[in-house]
Amino acid sequence: MTANNGQKGTLIENIAKFREVGLLGFIIILSVVIQWRNSSFLTWENINDMITNTAILSILAVGMMLVIITRGIDLSIGATLALSGMIAALTVGAFPNLSPILAILLGTMIGLVSGVILGAIISKGGVLPIIATLGMMYIFRGLTFMVSGGQWVSAHQMPDSFKGIATGSFLGINNLILIAVLIYVAFYYFINHTRTGRQIYAVGSNPDSAKISGINHDKIIWLVYTIMGGLSGLAGVLWVSKFASAQGDTASGYELTVIAACVLGGVNIAGGSGKISGIILGSVLIGIMNNALPLINVSPFWQTGIQGSIILIAVVLNALVKRGVDMNALMRRRI
Amino acid sequence: MKKLFLEFLSIFLVFSMLAACSQTSSNEGSGDSGSKDGKKRFAIVFKNTGNPYGEKQMDGFKQAIEALGHEAILKAPDQPTAEAQIQMIEELISQKVDSIAIVGNDPDALQPALKKAMDQGIKVLSLDSAVNAQSRMVHVNQADPVAIGRVQIEAISEMIGGKGQIAVLSATSQATNQNAWIEQMKETLKDPKYKDIELVKVAYGDDLRDKSVSETEALLKSYPDLKGIIAPTTVGIAAAGKVLTDKGLKDKVHLTGLGLPSEMAEYIESGVCDWMYLWNPIDVGYLAGYAADALVNETITGKVGDKFTAGDLGEKEIVEDGDGTQIMLGDPFKFDASNIAEWKEVY
Amino acid sequence: MDQVNKKPFSWKGFFLQWEWMLILLFLVVNVINTNLSPFYLDSVGLRDATMTFLDKAFMVFPMVMIMILRDIDISVSSTVALASVVMAHLYTLGVPMELAVVICLAVGAVCGLINGLLIVKFKELSAVIVTLSTMIIYRGIAYIILEDQSAGSFPEWFGFLGWGYIGGVPFILIAFVMMAVLFGLLLHKTTFGRRIYAIGNNPTASRFSGVQVDKIKIIVFTLAGVMAAITALFLTSRMGSTRPNVALGYELDVIAMVVLGGISTAGGKGKMIGAIIAVFLIGFLRYGLGLINMPAQVLMIIIGLLLIVAVMVPNLKPKAKAKGKPPKSQDQQIAG
Repeated sequence: MTANNGQKGTLIENIAKFREVGLLGFIIILSVVIQWRNSSFLTWENINDMITNTAILSILAVGMMLVIITRGIDLSIGATLALSGMIAALTVGAFPNLSPILAILLGTMIGLVSGVILGAIISKGGVLPIIATLGMMYIFRGLTFMVSGGQWVSAHQMPDSFKGIATGSFLGINNLILIAVLIYVAFYYFINHTRTGRQIYAVGSNPDSAKISGINHDKIIWLVYTIMGGLSGLAGVLWVSKFASAQGDTASGYELTVIAACVLGGVNIAGGSGKISGIILGSVLIGIMNNALPLINVSPFWQTGIQGSIILIAVVLNALVKRGVDMNALMRRRI
Repeated sequence: MKKLFLEFLSIFLVFSMLAACSQTSSNEGSGDSGSKDGKKRFAIVFKNTGNPYGEKQMDGFKQAIEALGHEAILKAPDQPTAEAQIQMIEELISQKVDSIAIVGNDPDALQPALKKAMDQGIKVLSLDSAVNAQSRMVHVNQADPVAIGRVQIEAISEMIGGKGQIAVLSATSQATNQNAWIEQMKETLKDPKYKDIELVKVAYGDDLRDKSVSETEALLKSYPDLKGIIAPTTVGIAAAGKVLTDKGLKDKVHLTGLGLPSEMAEYIESGVCDWMYLWNPIDVGYLAGYAADALVNETITGKVGDKFTAGDLGEKEIVEDGDGTQIMLGDPFKFDASNIAEWKEVY
Repeated sequence: MDQVNKKPFSWKGFFLQWEWMLILLFLVVNVINTNLSPFYLDSVGLRDATMTFLDKAFMVFPMVMIMILRDIDISVSSTVALASVVMAHLYTLGVPMELAVVICLAVGAVCGLINGLLIVKFKELSAVIVTLSTMIIYRGIAYIILEDQSAGSFPEWFGFLGWGYIGGVPFILIAFVMMAVLFGLLLHKTTFGRRIYAIGNNPTASRFSGVQVDKIKIIVFTLAGVMAAITALFLTSRMGSTRPNVALGYELDVIAMVVLGGISTAGGKGKMIGAIIAVFLIGFLRYGLGLINMPAQVLMIIIGLLLIVAVMVPNLKPKAKAKGKPPKSQDQQIAG
C-alpha cells in the first residue's frame, strides 16, 4: 500500500515519492496564473471564502474515498444530503429553541440511517454499488420532495442559532473549516492506525485474500457506506445552515463533483488505494476552480469548457508525473 | 424448484408494492384518470417539481378550474428540461385532456409536441415562461417584460443614488424569462437619466445555491466599487442576500430583483435588500385556469381583442405580443419592509 | 443467472435467466398499467409512447459493450448536446441539412474516439475520470458555440426522424429494432463480440493471449460517440430546435437501463437482449404512471425501488449453497 512508502529518508526523497506531486505542481501553477489575471485571488479574504466554500465538499470526499477504496461508488450522496438537510431544517423550523448541536446530530443520524440501509442492500443484498446507490438516489430525492411537500425552508424560518453553525467561528476560524479539519484528523488516524481502517484497504486491494485472512468483508462494506451516509447527513445540515435555505433539489448532481475531487486526488477507482493528502489536493483544485473561474474575467459561456479542460489536464499531467515517479521507484527496487 | 418459487414470489412482492404505491398516490392526488362523470379535464405542466413558486402557480390554476366545476391535472417533471415536458405532453395527449397550460422550459423545443396536441383539438396556452407563438394559442404573461426590466433599474438607481457600478446575477444562461428581462434592463439603461450607472457584468448562478454564492463573492472582489446587484431570480437574490449579510455589506452594496417573499423576508426585514418585486404566482395560475376554460368554451380563440371574465380578477383582454398574443396579469408588485411580514406566509 | 451457465443445458436454467425475469416484470407492468388507466391499452397511445423514450435508448447498445469491458462512459449526454448543437449551428449558417447530419455523426465519432484514445493511452486513468472531464468539456464547447441562443427551424423532412411513421409504425421504433438486431449480432455472433466478453472477464489474460484490447476499446468508445450522435438526431428532430443544455442527465438514465438489463459493472456479464427489455420496461412503466399523473417524486421512488429490488431479490437465495464462495460470484459466463 502506498501509505506505507517513504517512512524514512530525506525530505527530497519523500517529495519524489509523493505520488500527487504532479497535481500539487499543477495547483501552484494554476494559482499563479489566476493571481496574475486577478490580484484579489491570493488575498486573505478570498482564501478564507474559498476554504469555507470547499469545506463541505472535502468532508464528503473523505467518505467517498473510503467507498471507492472498497471498489464501490456512491451516487446517492447528493440526495442523502438534501434529505437530511431538509429534515433538519424542518425540525429547527418547528422547534426554534433546538440546540444547533442537536440539529447537527439529527442530520447526521438521518444520514447514518440512510447509509445503514444502503450498506445492507450492498453487502447483504449483494446488489452492485452503482445500482444500489443509483436506486437510492432516486428514492432519497423523492422522499425529500415528499417530506417538504414541494416547499422550501427559508431563512426567516430558521433560528439564528442554526444559521450560526456555518457563520460562527472559533478562535477566528470558521466553524465549517474546523469541522472539516477535525474530520480529516480523525479519519487520518482511523484509516492509517486502526485495524478496521487497514482492513478497508485490504478489502479493496484484494477481496478474496482479505476474506481468506479472516476479514469480515460484508461488515467492512457495510461500514464504509454507513460512514459515507453519516458524513452526507452532516454535510446536509452544514449546507442548509450555510445557505440558509433548504430545497428539494439541493446538491443535485453534487456526487459527480465529489467523485471528481477524489479521483483527481489519486484515489484509484479500481479500489485499494487513496490517501487523505490526495483528496485534500483534489478538493482544493475543485475549490480553486469554483472560486477562480468567476474571478478571472472570461465569458460565462467559456467557464464550463475551461473547467473541464483543467480537470483533464490535471489528471493527465498527474498521470505522467506519476509514471516518472514510479519508474524511479521501480529502478531502485529492482533486484 | 424452491429457487424458482422464491423468484416468482419476490417479483410478486415487488409489484404488489408498486401497485400499493400507485394506488395510494392516485387516490390522494390530482386527476384519477377521470372522465367517468363527463367532467372536462384541464392540465398544467410546470417546469419542475419541488419548486414553491410552481406549487403556488399550480394551486392557483387548480382553484380556478375547480371553481368552474372541472377537473385539474397538475404535472411537473423531476428535472427542469424540455425533454421531460415533451414526454408529459404525450401522456396528456393520450389521456385526451381538453386543454394544456404549459410553463415552458424552452420556448422552441416544445413546438412539435404542442403542435401535435393542437392538431388533436387540445387547446394549448402557455403561462409565466412563454413558448413561441407557433406552439400556443395564447400566453398568460405575469407582467410586461419592459416593466419588469424598468422597475428593477429604477429601484437600483434610487438605492445607489443614480451613480455607480451595478451587476446582474441571473439564473442559467439559457433561462428565457431572465434573458428577456436583462435585455429590457439594458434597454432602460440607455436612457440618459442612467448615464452614470454602469452595468459591469451579467453573472450566472445557474439557480444553484453554491454557484450563486461563489459568483456573488467574485463580483464583490472583482469590482470593489460595486454599488448594487440586481438578481432577477429567487435563488440568486437569496444567495446574494446571504453573502451581503455574512460579509456585513449592508448599505455598502445594495440589492434588488425578483424573489419569493418567503425566501427574502429575512433580508428585507434586516434591510440588506431594501425592496424587491414579484407578482402573485397564485394569480398567474388562476388567470391561466380561466383562460384555458375560455379557450375550451370557445369564448376566446386567442385573437387580439377577445375578452373573457377571469373570476375574481375581472375582465381580461387579449393583446398583441410580437407575432403572438397574450393576456397580461398586471404590474410587478413591490415588496418592502412594510408588507413583507404579511406576504412571507403566503408564498 | 450466475449458476445457470455451468450446466450444459436445462429448461429450468433457461427459464431462470435474468432476461425471463425482465420479460415477466414487463408483463406485470403492462397488466398493472392497464388496470390503473383506461387510456393505457390504446394502440395509438402505446405506439406514440415508444417515441418518447426511444431517443436515448440508442445509447444503451454501446453502453452495454462498454460496461461488459468493465468501463463506463458518462460523457454520452454531453456528446449528444455537442453533436446536436454543431449540426444546428452549421445548418443555420447555411450548410445543407444532409451534410449537417453527416457532420453530426462525425462529431459524435470524434468525441467517442477521443474518449477511447485517452483511456487507452493513459491506462492509469479510469474511464470514470476521463469521461467525467470530457463530459464537462464537450458540454462546454456546446455552450461556447451557441451561448444563450437556440438554433432550429430545420427542413420538413428532418422532423420525420422523430415524429414520422412508416406503415403506421414510428420510424424511431423501426430504427431502434434494426440497431438492436445489428448490435445483438455484433456482440453475440462475432469474434469482435466474443473478444469484448473475454476482455471483460480477464483483461490481462486476453492481452497475453493476443487480443488487441486497445483497438477494441477504441472501437467501442467510438461506437458510443456515434450512437450518441444518432440520439442527437432523433432528439433534435423531436424538439425541432436545440440548445447547449439538451440531454442533461441522460447518462444516468442509460446506465440505469443497462444495469437493470443484467449487465454487471464488474464486467464480462450480461446480454444485449436484457438491456433492450429494460428499455421498454422502464419506458412503459414511466408512461403508464404518467398516464395516471403520478407525481414526479413518487415516480422517482418507484423507479429507484424497481432498480434495487429487482436486482437484489434474486440474490437473496438460500445462503447454504452460496457458502464458501466469494461474495460476488466470479463465475465466468460465456455468452453468445
